[in-house]
Amino acid sequence: MRSNFVFQEIWVGLRRNLTMTMALIVVVAISLSLLGTGLLFVKQVDRTRTYWQSQVEISVYLCYKGDINPSCHGAITAAQLSSIEATLNSMPNDVEKVTYVSQQQAFTLFKSAMSNEQSLVSTVTPSELPPSLEIKLRNPSADYNIVSTAVSGAPGVDSVIDEMTILEKFYNLLNGLRNAVVVVALILVVAAVLLVANTIRLSAFNRRRETGIMRLVGASNFYIQLPFLLEGVIAGLFGWVIAAALLVGVKSLLLNNLQQYFSYNVGLSMADLVEVIVFAMIVGVALCGITAFVTLRRYLRV
Amino acid sequence: MIEFQNVTKVYPSQNRAALENVDLTVNKGEFVFLVGPSGSGKSSFLRLILREERPNEGRILVAGNDLARLTNWKVPALRRKIGCVFQDFRLLPSKTVEQNVAFALEVIGKPRRFIRRVVPEVLDLVGLEGKHDRMPDQLSGGEQQRVAMARAFVNRPMILLADEPTGNIDPATSIGIMKVLDRINRTGTTVVMATHDAAIVDSMRKRVIELEYGKVVRDQNRGVYGQAY
Repeated sequence: MRSNFVFQEIWVGLRRNLTMTMALIVVVAISLSLLGTGLLFVKQVDRTRTYWQSQVEISVYLCYKGDINPSCHGAITAAQLSSIEATLNSMPNDVEKVTYVSQQQAFTLFKSAMSNEQSLVSTVTPSELPPSLEIKLRNPSADYNIVSTAVSGAPGVDSVIDEMTILEKFYNLLNGLRNAVVVVALILVVAAVLLVANTIRLSAFNRRRETGIMRLVGASNFYIQLPFLLEGVIAGLFGWVIAAALLVGVKSLLLNNLQQYFSYNVGLSMADLVEVIVFAMIVGVALCGITAFVTLRRYLRV
Repeated sequence: MIEFQNVTKVYPSQNRAALENVDLTVNKGEFVFLVGPSGSGKSSFLRLILREERPNEGRILVAGNDLARLTNWKVPALRRKIGCVFQDFRLLPSKTVEQNVAFALEVIGKPRRFIRRVVPEVLDLVGLEGKHDRMPDQLSGGEQQRVAMARAFVNRPMILLADEPTGNIDPATSIGIMKVLDRINRTGTTVVMATHDAAIVDSMRKRVIELEYGKVVRDQNRGVYGQAY
């Protein structure tokens, strides 16, 4: 095994095929970085979903005086309220905490939430806001259906707002985005496979004289094919390096900005990024290597 | 060294057999001319020895290997025992004379020390003293063929196959080429040479095997090229 001979052959091959090699590197880089972005997205969505789910509450809005909801007949009575609270307290496996928010408290919360909209705040009085029960769930993703059906329709209940349903819409959007990224990445992966096959074929054609002589003097298949195989793999590695840089960019410029919308750490760790980059490398090298190998079997026979 | 037992080779796209019932033996150290018109099966004969093709019928033994039983991955080992020279030289234009010969050893993984010692020796043997660093396009046809012979012989093969080695070379230069082949033959290497060159065959008086339409029509020791051509 003469390694410097093999490397010399690879270098010659890459140089003679420069434009093809560059096209290959660029396509591999873009497809890997899109694939990686898709994966980072998945991780980020999972991370924020976990965060949101731990924050999710069910708001049970109660009837108040002047409520226009036809199922309400005047303000909720103390008996009705305690009966609802009793229902909730009877489900200690699902419900972690129930907090009563009075109309006055609701108004205070409203004022602070809308502090930028003084004109809006000034038109609202405490009596126009419904009192509510804020329910904190033990296991939001599993429990919210059980709890919300238990209280909705009970006398004195205006409506039950389940934050989960609002969040789901948001996550559906994110999932759609992620799927789009992955689909584009997969199309590019197919393009990369075809480009690898083509590059190797051109390279083999360029060097048919050399390989012909190698065959005649009894070089082993391995020795004949290795330079071509490594050519593909090295192009793949170059593409991967670029993709890795792009992924670092995606994380630090795009995903890290998400952090400002969250009160505690939902950012992806360095380990997540490294995991995605290593995965991209395995995909890239396997992609190029396997394609090159299959192509060579067809174009460089004994 | 080479044994054909009732070998028949038919190419899929052709009706007529390229070789039909060829049955002959070439012994170790022999020098054999293979003559016959174009399409008579000379090249197929050489390709079968190299196992570039496989026969449809019959058995071929080369250097102790039954080619029918040889697995694909053992073919390179067979080819290391066989040197090849062609009408069109097949040199690498981007490499010097010395590099061209060294290439044949590099690709079968010989150590560099060995290559550095052996290559100049064999270049001197074929008569290329002082031209080791020339590029192929700086050489005459005869000299290029000498490089090709050096490359074929550098690994000391048991068999040297030459497919019209003087086909592109003028008669005067051809004599020099034949001297080199003769020298290689004298080292104990079996030489099989396909040729159209009557003058050479007549002057060497070696064994002549004549093929016509894929059949052996003459096998003669100390033979001549023949009258018909």
